[in-house]
Amino acid sequence: MNMYNDIVMDHFMNPRNVGEMKEPDGIGIYGSPTCGDLMQIHIKIEDDVITDAKFKAYGCGSAIASSSMATTLIIGLKVEEALKLTNGEIVDKLEGLPEAKIHCSVLADMAIKKAIFDYAESNDKHYDALKGFDPYEMQEEEHVCICGKDEES
Amino acid sequence: MEKRNVYMDYSATTPLKGEVLDAMMPYLKENYGNPSSIYSKGIESKEAIKQSRTKISRLIGSKSDEIYFTSSGSEADNWAIFGALKGNGKHIVTSKIEHPAILNTLSYLETKGYDVTYLDVNESGLVNPDDLEKAIRDDTALVTIMMANNEIGTIQPIQKLVKLAHDKNVLFHSDAVQALGNIPVDVNKLGVDMMSFSAHKIYGPKGIGALYIKEGIEIENFVYGGGQENGKRAGTENVPAIIGFGKAAELAMNCLKEHVCHCLDLRNYLADELYAAVFDSHVNGTMLDRLPGNLNVSFDYAEGEAILLMLDYMGISVSTGSACGSSDSVPSHVLTAIGVPESRIHGTIRFSIGCFTTKDDVDYVVKAVKEVTKKLKELSPLK
Ligand code: FES
Repeated sequence: MNMYNDIVMDHFMNPRNVGEMKEPDGIGIYGSPTCGDLMQIHIKIEDDVITDAKFKAYGCGSAIASSSMATTLIIGLKVEEALKLTNGEIVDKLEGLPEAKIHCSVLADMAIKKAIFDYAESNDKHYDALKGFDPYEMQEEEHVCICGKDEES
Repeated sequence: MEKRNVYMDYSATTPLKGEVLDAMMPYLKENYGNPSSIYSKGIESKEAIKQSRTKISRLIGSKSDEIYFTSSGSEADNWAIFGALKGNGKHIVTSKIEHPAILNTLSYLETKGYDVTYLDVNESGLVNPDDLEKAIRDDTALVTIMMANNEIGTIQPIQKLVKLAHDKNVLFHSDAVQALGNIPVDVNKLGVDMMSFSAHKIYGPKGIGALYIKEGIEIENFVYGGGQENGKRAGTENVPAIIGFGKAAELAMNCLKEHVCHCLDLRNYLADELYAAVFDSHVNGTMLDRLPGNLNVSFDYAEGEAILLMLDYMGISVSTGSACGSSDSVPSHVLTAIGVPESRIHGTIRFSIGCFTTKDDVDYVVKAVKEVTKKLKELSPLK
């Protein structure tokens, strides 16, 4: 018996695509305003296709599992398609998360959008699905402490 | 590493001792008489309850008719609070690190016009007696401060606090659910007017607790109905559970000294080994005034639920900051109150050791925690 189903547990215990890249094309870091947990994703993009993704996450089982699942979903996708990925789809692919843990899947979703935004900015690309998406404003408003250390000092 | 089942969450609940189950068995089977019935079958049940009450009273040093059975420690807490509110008392004093059975009852009362003072605690989790003295007002009806904390195990100087309350003629209640069976609890020495207990924390059954009410202290009745519990808390008694509670109390009394030493040794061993094995770990609370079996540790770079899940996978049962918070991510109010930064609270695990814990269990847990925190650190973007 476990609070998570087997698919979630598998992605949690054996997360896919863990790591960082030496020269990523895009970096996305997103901290959950609900719990302070954190997801970082690096992506490689060739000809508007996401060819690789690597993540690291500090968070609960659900955060790690949904980040892992999300990377498997976006690798091979066109950037425009990847931008359409919602946290609801991540949850569906995991065949469900407990109600109180749905917000954790937002981490992956947002981090991916931020990574693509980062890529678009530095390569002067424009994607329709990114219109109105401003990660800088967002993070400031929600005041997320990325490293968790500043409140100590 | 060979998988091993290790239960290290004795503060959440304890397994039933075999002797306790044996004592309960007849009352689940042939001795089903209602204690209020006046034929033999009823009288047998009534007599058994009386003996149980005596056993519990011996453990806490009270008279047996000062013990009132309830369905749980939470019910005892509720009763003590609601029962003490009569006359013009509009104010209650408590601490910031109480169990939700106290805090949520008090926040309900605040919506009904009562005033509550929540005393701060220091980084060890201790209430400052001076603060209590200053907080008591003319209209204070009750002071309620727990004897030992469920998350960090801090043991309060109850005797001192009671004296301050009594100097100002205010009733004192203490939740001793975590303390009972783990440290000496003597109601007379402590001087408390009311104290809450629960059986399932001392190797007894769930669903049974007790409120000690000192002779001569008048509080409101809690459940109206038949004449059970001296007419103060009606409802046909949970006879098998009461018998189990009595047996558990008797066993706790017989082995208290050994139990304390056993838990203390293993807890200190666990603390030392963890400290040596996991570099980024920090013990929360104090090592001095602390329940013998409790250890509360924060790990950097690894989140509590993730640690818990991986340990569970390896056969180990522990809890995060607070067992009650397992489905949400609100940081523990206790760790917040002792000043642990929120980032660290996220990575907190409570280990609680008990009667059946062995040194091999501790060794296995240390190895597992080392492995798990290393794995999670590799996964973490924090540096
Ligand atoms: S609780 Fe923080 S991500 Fe799940």
